[in-house]
Amino acid sequence: MVSALDRKLVRELGRLWPQLFAAAMVMAVGVGALTMSLSTLRSLERARDTYYERYRFPDVFTHVKRAPASLKDRIAQIPGVSRVAARIVVDVSLDVTGLNEPANGRLISIPDAPPFGLCEVHLRRGRFPDPLHPGEVVASEAFADAHGFSLGQTLSAVINGRLQTLTIVGVGLSPEYIYQIQPGSFLPDDLRFGVFWMNHRQLAPAFNLDGAFNNIALSLGPGASVPDVLRRLDTLTEPYGGTGAYARKDQTSHQYVSDELAQLRGMAVIPPTVFLSASAFILNIVFARLIRTQRIQIAALRAFGYSSLQIAGHYLSMVVVVSLLGGVLGVLLGWRMGLLVTELYIRFFRFPVFEFTLSRSAIALALSVGVGAAVAGTLLTIRRAAALPPAQAMRPETPPDYRSTTIERLRVQRLLSPAGRMILRHLERQPLRAAMTALGMSLALAVLILGSYSHGAVNEVVDFQFDRLQRQDATVTLVEPAAPRAAAALASLPGVVSAEFFRAVPVRFRAGPIERREVITALDPQPALSRVLTTSGRPVHMPESGLLLTDSLAELLRVKRGDRVRVEVLEGQRPVVDLTVTDIVTTYVGTAAYMDRRALNALMQEGPVISGAFLKVDPSAAARLYASLKEVPAVAGVTVKRAALDTFRDTFAKNILIMRVFNLIFASTIAFGVMFNSARIALAERAHEFATLRILGFRRAEVSAILLGELAVLTIVAIPIGLVLGRLLTLYAASALQTETHRIPALINASTFAYAIIVVCSAAAISGLIVRRGVSTLNLVEVLKSEG
Amino acid sequence: MGDVAVHALRGVSLSLRAGELVVLLGPSGSGKSTLLNILGGLDTPTSGSVSYLDHDLSAADDAALTRYRREHVGFVFQFYNLIPSLTAAENVALVTEISRHPMSPRDALALVGLADRADHFPSQLSGGEQQRVAIARAIAKRPDVLLCDEPTGALDASTGILVLEALVRANRELGTLTAIITHNAVIASIADRVISLSNGRIASIVANAHKASPGSLSW
Repeated sequence: MVSALDRKLVRELGRLWPQLFAAAMVMAVGVGALTMSLSTLRSLERARDTYYERYRFPDVFTHVKRAPASLKDRIAQIPGVSRVAARIVVDVSLDVTGLNEPANGRLISIPDAPPFGLCEVHLRRGRFPDPLHPGEVVASEAFADAHGFSLGQTLSAVINGRLQTLTIVGVGLSPEYIYQIQPGSFLPDDLRFGVFWMNHRQLAPAFNLDGAFNNIALSLGPGASVPDVLRRLDTLTEPYGGTGAYARKDQTSHQYVSDELAQLRGMAVIPPTVFLSASAFILNIVFARLIRTQRIQIAALRAFGYSSLQIAGHYLSMVVVVSLLGGVLGVLLGWRMGLLVTELYIRFFRFPVFEFTLSRSAIALALSVGVGAAVAGTLLTIRRAAALPPAQAMRPETPPDYRSTTIERLRVQRLLSPAGRMILRHLERQPLRAAMTALGMSLALAVLILGSYSHGAVNEVVDFQFDRLQRQDATVTLVEPAAPRAAAALASLPGVVSAEFFRAVPVRFRAGPIERREVITALDPQPALSRVLTTSGRPVHMPESGLLLTDSLAELLRVKRGDRVRVEVLEGQRPVVDLTVTDIVTTYVGTAAYMDRRALNALMQEGPVISGAFLKVDPSAAARLYASLKEVPAVAGVTVKRAALDTFRDTFAKNILIMRVFNLIFASTIAFGVMFNSARIALAERAHEFATLRILGFRRAEVSAILLGELAVLTIVAIPIGLVLGRLLTLYAASALQTETHRIPALINASTFAYAIIVVCSAAAISGLIVRRGVSTLNLVEVLKSEG
Repeated sequence: MGDVAVHALRGVSLSLRAGELVVLLGPSGSGKSTLLNILGGLDTPTSGSVSYLDHDLSAADDAALTRYRREHVGFVFQFYNLIPSLTAAENVALVTEISRHPMSPRDALALVGLADRADHFPSQLSGGEQQRVAIARAIAKRPDVLLCDEPTGALDASTGILVLEALVRANRELGTLTAIITHNAVIASIADRVISLSNGRIASIVANAHKASPGSLSW
């Protein structure tokens, strides 16, 4: 049987539904964000771990110049190593029909038939190459999809200086390229970078690697010591031009996936906290008001013999009903958002199977956090109500006691109308509630800033990297370091406006106990195309001797300007020297070390050789230039800045738009929820006052002005707080999202601030206008007969 | 169950004259409040006509009624209905600021004997003082009609007399038509005319040959 108290519960839920619904919606967003990020986190982790395990993703990697097949067995004997793949991995320039500029391909050798034992390839469609048929490859799915390639399609590759036709017989995936990005680039570009798996027997002769290999991948047994394996592997590969072994954590694709997981963990903390606190606050003001108006009812119930526990239970069950409603809506929302985020992920992350599944533990956690926040927000108020002694509750609450406000004591009252004073004194009489309402609004503002800032920040990164640092249009890398003659040939190609040359060598830095694999890029003394800037934005000249490090690298090595670093070159004669860090330079993306080109040539005991060139290209002749570059055998790869940038901006714009729409809806939900409730309660509490004013001859608009004026003051107060809060959240997010390879500047442009302010003010205005309709329906006659 | 039509007033025909003090007398449910609401422009009759000078109040819309209240009517409520966040003077100023020829809030308060309490908030005033502030607020705009709904209903006798004295003085000095609703028959003796209501009809209209002063009353 439904008890009378339960009926009261149901009726009151019905009566208060707009306010409770607003609270439930804000809670739904919090629960949704939590469910989404935890579920996506688990789905992504599961997809990655299964993929790694099933397709045998290696634990350690290294590259050599050329090592005999016999080295493989010696490597296998390193303690802790369980499997070894000795492969050929080479980067080539591709000529793809329909693409002006050359694309870059990475060819990876595979044994005759699967299973390969390590680095398995997941075949999406087609078949593996026939070892007896030359030129057959499996193409990476990202590249094949970007071009809409079907099986049997061909493309040309410059393989060791000779143009060779590749035939796509299969499309596949590998855990080494979940995130497919060209080495040295920071923007994924599926059109211009692809991975191809080719039979070892076919690939080896093309690169004079018969009976040899140039790339090693290892898997380790349980309990193996990674640093120990790395050291031993380096010792073994050193005579063969080893460029330094690295562990899984430094593998590019793995790094990107791990960064994403870290970001999802951040997502599971910040937004849910903001939204759940806002909903707890809304429930608090709704229930505080409800209980205040029901003092007499509570007293009567207590007088009938209901225990204080029953009273508390009655109000608490209302809270629980509302928060469960919010929780269930939130889980549904989280599920929808999870599916959407998954769609975004599979544009960037390639898995054989990536299914978003709602994690049961995530739902349980999200629901309990949601209900917990709601109960926490109302518990004190409810306890106070339940503890009221019946007799005291029967007496009306002490009448409102107003006094002149602090602001008025500053003698500005002459500037204020009575209506203005009503607003100020009412706000100052309930400072906590006013403060909480303003804080709620400012949270909404902060959420908007946080959600929009990434857009501006990413633009800043792109502008900085591509307009201020890398001003070249194209970067050409050569197969082998080449003599000045090659440089002159590149510079004189038709369409080249100007050219700058660079020499790049792999090195290992040692600073105290810290060591790190890196590439030194050696430039002209005063580079104008590929520039190097100090943190203050000043272009830096290359030092005659010594080294420039990016701030990110200096931090990792824990060195500063003037310190000396041990440099072990991993190429050629492998010289080892100590160099002074002459300056710290800046970048948002990755790490880098720079030297003067002649100084590096001298260090390498070589002539003025180069590894490649930065080109400034005449746009009208660009197509012809790129076409002719496709046919230069010495060219290993060409990166065209504009093309990569366009693709990136395109994808990025789509993702950002989706995220911004989400963010807009969420922040408006908070702003609306908080404002709507504050306005409803202001109206309910002051209906008597407002009706009196109407009887005294005040027009509806004049009475509304008092109600809306109060909301306006709160909104105005909330704006600066929200801007500061948004700034702090942004700084926190920027530092939380910063990884070894990427830093996002905590920059907020004026338009972001303006946008956030406009959205919050609109939400406040709309909720104010909805509540304002209540002024028209005030019952004037009732007021004549009732006490306030 | 449908709504049942209840006629609060039936067949009431009445004219009130400028400057007179009228007491509307009757038990609860007699229709006196409904009559006051209609006179004050808070309500309109379902049938019949109400006019103030050349204004037809029975046909007026909300905006016209608001204008009528704003320009011509002063209200005194049973429970004072002061704005708790405004001081006595500010409560009066609330009305003077939207009127055409108001007296100053200080003068209005002086008229009810509260000049020295002008800067007190309602919570710092006694019930009688609060009601006198409400009277000051009602008369400050020099209304043509002053409507008082049980103005002494929430007060003890001696305080009630102070309030009535303020009303009588305002009526005398400003020449405002003053209508006082009460169920307290004693008060009837201060009126020019006493209109008794019962069951929604006018039972009698009696002109007092001799007006008593509030100070002589007791209940």
